[in-house]
Amino acid sequence: MPKIVELKNINKVYGEKTPNPTQVVFDLSLDIEEETFNSIIGQSGSGKSTLLNILGTLDKATSGDVIINGKNTQNMSKNELSTLRNETIGFIFQFHYLLPEFTALENVLMPYKISKKPITLDVINRANELLEIVGLTKVKNNLAMNMSGGQQQRVAIARALINNPKMILADEPTGNLDSDTTEQVYTLLREINKRYKTTFIIITHDRHIAEKADRIIEIKDGRINLDIQKLN
Amino acid sequence: MKLALHIAWRFLSSAKRQTLIIVLGIAVGVSVQVFIGSLISGLQKSLVDTTIGSSSHITLSKDEFGLIDDYDIIIDYLNEVDSLSVVVPTVTLPEGILSKDLITKEILLRGFDLSLAERIYKFEDKLTDGNQMPDQPFEIILGIGLKQALGVNVGDQIDYELRGVPQTFTIVNFFDFKVNVINQTWAVTTLETAQTVLNSPSLTSIETQMKDVFQARIIASAFTEIFASEGIGVTNWMDLNEELLSGLNGQSTSSTMIQVFVIISVVLGISSVLAITVLQKSKQIGILKAMGIKDRDASFVFLFEGFILGIFGAIGGILLGLGLLYSFQTFALNPDGTPVVPLFIEPSFIMLSALIALIASTLAALIPAIKSSKLTVIEVIRNA
Repeated sequence: MPKIVELKNINKVYGEKTPNPTQVVFDLSLDIEEETFNSIIGQSGSGKSTLLNILGTLDKATSGDVIINGKNTQNMSKNELSTLRNETIGFIFQFHYLLPEFTALENVLMPYKISKKPITLDVINRANELLEIVGLTKVKNNLAMNMSGGQQQRVAIARALINNPKMILADEPTGNLDSDTTEQVYTLLREINKRYKTTFIIITHDRHIAEKADRIIEIKDGRINLDIQKLN
Repeated sequence: MKLALHIAWRFLSSAKRQTLIIVLGIAVGVSVQVFIGSLISGLQKSLVDTTIGSSSHITLSKDEFGLIDDYDIIIDYLNEVDSLSVVVPTVTLPEGILSKDLITKEILLRGFDLSLAERIYKFEDKLTDGNQMPDQPFEIILGIGLKQALGVNVGDQIDYELRGVPQTFTIVNFFDFKVNVINQTWAVTTLETAQTVLNSPSLTSIETQMKDVFQARIIASAFTEIFASEGIGVTNWMDLNEELLSGLNGQSTSSTMIQVFVIISVVLGISSVLAITVLQKSKQIGILKAMGIKDRDASFVFLFEGFILGIFGAIGGILLGLGLLYSFQTFALNPDGTPVVPLFIEPSFIMLSALIALIASTLAALIPAIKSSKLTVIEVIRNA
């Protein structure tokens, strides 16, 4: 299976120019294969979120290479990174981060609009289809600010999928949801993984959830402590 | 760009109250500009008009009441000058004496081509007894002050003596310039009659009015050079009214100052409100950037916000300013019911005010826009 992401000897130091720099990731190397469902676990402060941000090109590694979809991102310009993110990566955050001023449907279409391609009927149909998959057809024209937390998180999932990204990065996507909703959301993510062959990298501290992934990577003190690959 | 505009519009329309307050702020600024600017320029126009509207702007004459002999060539030349609106051949005779029944008054007898002089002096508006003007030889109209001083009436004959030569005129009307000196000393007749009294077919001076009165000094200095060889001197209203001019200048400067400070306060206001909006919307900007919006487009969101606020502020400001002007016209009246300051609305000035507001609003959004462009997703995620 080809690799969607390769991390090579990643180091991340915060406050490099201060008297007390803090290194949070130590010489970490990691490959993620396409179409897989991966979970990253670790205690808070272990460096897992930093790792995910580096994976998503939201943060820059202090040293090392981040190769996404075969392209090394370390020397890309900000605009190139923006385009890469827009086309290749979908994000789902713990605090869903919808644009509260826009409706569910508009939020789902936003990454597509950012790509500046003309809005076609096909795209709108796709957005509606995604909203149907996440079970929000009825409320698609409601403003995001008038939706429940679970609904907003499902909009965020639909939004992450609109540009058909090769990979979705999720940081505690169910962190502020109740256990029933959490279960629904994970079932949904797995379904999407099977249906669209999208690679998932999900940070969670819920072992029960992590165990459902194909691969569990545990981060401890900025290093990989455990890497368990499930055999299918 | 289209996306940035769309987002800007949605940001503004979803925070209606805040948007309304900023628009109102800009509108008040623009309205003050429109109001003060129009008021001052109306005031200046009416001041200039009352002061020099009914007098010669540039006068050509020879020293010591010398005579201009071959004036046809000069008049023809002046009629070709584009910036002059009217050229009036004039004979002015000082030191004449009018007398009626032992009462005598020293007067200035002025002979004009009356149809042309009408355009400078507007006699017809100032006549007190009907609209009869001198058209026969030795007909005369007198200042209203002379009517009382000499105890004369329309139709009376009156004696006139210049350097010992007596003449008799028929009074056909009186005029009231509302200026005492003129009402007490001017007697006006036709050019031909004045030339007969002068006993010469020449002129004593040529009076003119300008299309743009503030060009008088420049045009006058050109005339000075052209006519110096003929021994003709040139005077202009600007040199004769230095005090008025410096007053007008002072007024313009203070009006400009007020307008500049109003703009500065509008810019600071918008800038600070938009800076706060960037903070309010940093979560949104962060997520847009995570989704791949380019820094440039992210900053355009705020530039467009400034631009949209500017458009609505300018429109609101113009309406508010015109409303102020209208109410000032309607409620600030002289005892005779005319407005204290005549209304003078210059569309180009109002458009300029609107344009300045628009540019200022957009510029005010520049700092917030740069701030938004520098915002990183990581900052937003960390501060969530």
